[in-house]
Amino acid sequence: MIGWIIKRDLLLAMRRRADVLTVLFFFIIVVSLFPLGVGPEPDILRTMASGVVWVAALLAAMLSLGRMFSSDYADGTLEQMLLSPFSLAALVMGKAISHWLTTGIPLVLMAPILGLQYDLSGEALLVLTLSLLLGTPVLSLIGAIGAALTLGLRGGGVLVSILVLPLYIPVLIFGTGAVEASRAGMEVGAYFSILGAFLLVAIVFSPWVTAASLRVSMN
Amino acid sequence: MKINWFKYASPASFYFLAGRMIPFFAVLAMVLLVVGLYIGFFVAPTDFQQSEAYRIIFVHVPAAWMSMFLYMVMAFWAGIGLAFNTRLSSMVASAIAPTGAMFAFLALWTGAWWGKPMWGTWWVWDARLTSELILFFLYIGFMALQAAIDDPKRSDKAGAIIALVGVVNVPIIYFSVQWWNTLHQGASVSLVQSPKMATAMLSGMLVMSLAAWMYSIVVILVRTRLIILRRESRAAWVAELKEGGVK
Repeated sequence: MIGWIIKRDLLLAMRRRADVLTVLFFFIIVVSLFPLGVGPEPDILRTMASGVVWVAALLAAMLSLGRMFSSDYADGTLEQMLLSPFSLAALVMGKAISHWLTTGIPLVLMAPILGLQYDLSGEALLVLTLSLLLGTPVLSLIGAIGAALTLGLRGGGVLVSILVLPLYIPVLIFGTGAVEASRAGMEVGAYFSILGAFLLVAIVFSPWVTAASLRVSMN
Repeated sequence: MKINWFKYASPASFYFLAGRMIPFFAVLAMVLLVVGLYIGFFVAPTDFQQSEAYRIIFVHVPAAWMSMFLYMVMAFWAGIGLAFNTRLSSMVASAIAPTGAMFAFLALWTGAWWGKPMWGTWWVWDARLTSELILFFLYIGFMALQAAIDDPKRSDKAGAIIALVGVVNVPIIYFSVQWWNTLHQGASVSLVQSPKMATAMLSGMLVMSLAAWMYSIVVILVRTRLIILRRESRAAWVAELKEGGVK
């Protein structure tokens, strides 16, 4: 079931590559704007790098949330999925995974290159990439709740940011904290443990909460 | 005597019950406020470290407590409404949100006023301040989501889900001064230790907290009554009310 929905969503994403690429380029452009805005001093850029990349990742993830359910909602597929005998939570899990594969993974792959723009050292780049690898699936899973709650509402796109961004803050804090710790020469294991804990909690609760939200929204 | 607890779960009977309760709690709130402010400004001694500026504690601490407590209460009633489909509990939950948001804002703002003379800055990004700010955002998110949905049933349920998801933040705020060693001072009042402050200071703070409780009860009851009237505007008893019938 999960495999089937992932395959289907990835296929749909492949057919409409522009959507995926738009999010990726949004991420790249936002990250590249900061040196132009705050000035190109390498010292400032190095201190900002993790925060800028992470905030841009949050915004990019959020930007693409609307798509997670809306096209299926519009053409009635979602209603059929709700009526089907399969577990809705599993379906939601599949949707979150495919959202992460199409928006999270490209960001993770792009991050080291963008980090080079900010003059990050090799180790800091590695930590940044790993923290994104652990953190972006959490963004997709939490975002799924917001996307499900705002389904079909007017102004849903702005609303989802108000709902979801506050919940993203802990991930942001510990994701950037890992990079800062590694730049200061400290142990980063604790940060990764906490990010991993976030991920596990999100995997357990988010599909279930999202399924309930979808039922509320579809009524 | 057997009390029928479920009687007041109906919006109509709760409307009248709340109407009778409001004056009582309003008087209580006023008295406690006056007593609390008197203790705070005239009885409590000057702090030897923070001099007079610490007196903002009498507003700041009750506001911070209330903001967290009201969030729990809001999530609790929203959850009850979601689980048992009781309309009144969802109405109470949405009546709590603006008051909770007000207290969260008040806690942040008075905190800034306190921080300026004490720490020399209006704001620091420490754990407790940041998590309290998130709490404020959660209230805003709850209200924004409910405002965006026209169907009251869906708005109740969607609000309940987001309120329950946000509950994870409350323990984080509460324990933030213990978990992270930051600029914000640790808890001065604890259930398991003897208080670390003068009795007059403590009693002033507690009286002010009680005043904040009573105030919240009054405002929430008034707002719940308004929500009931708006949602039940087509019910027969509301029409009778309009004609100046029962009070």
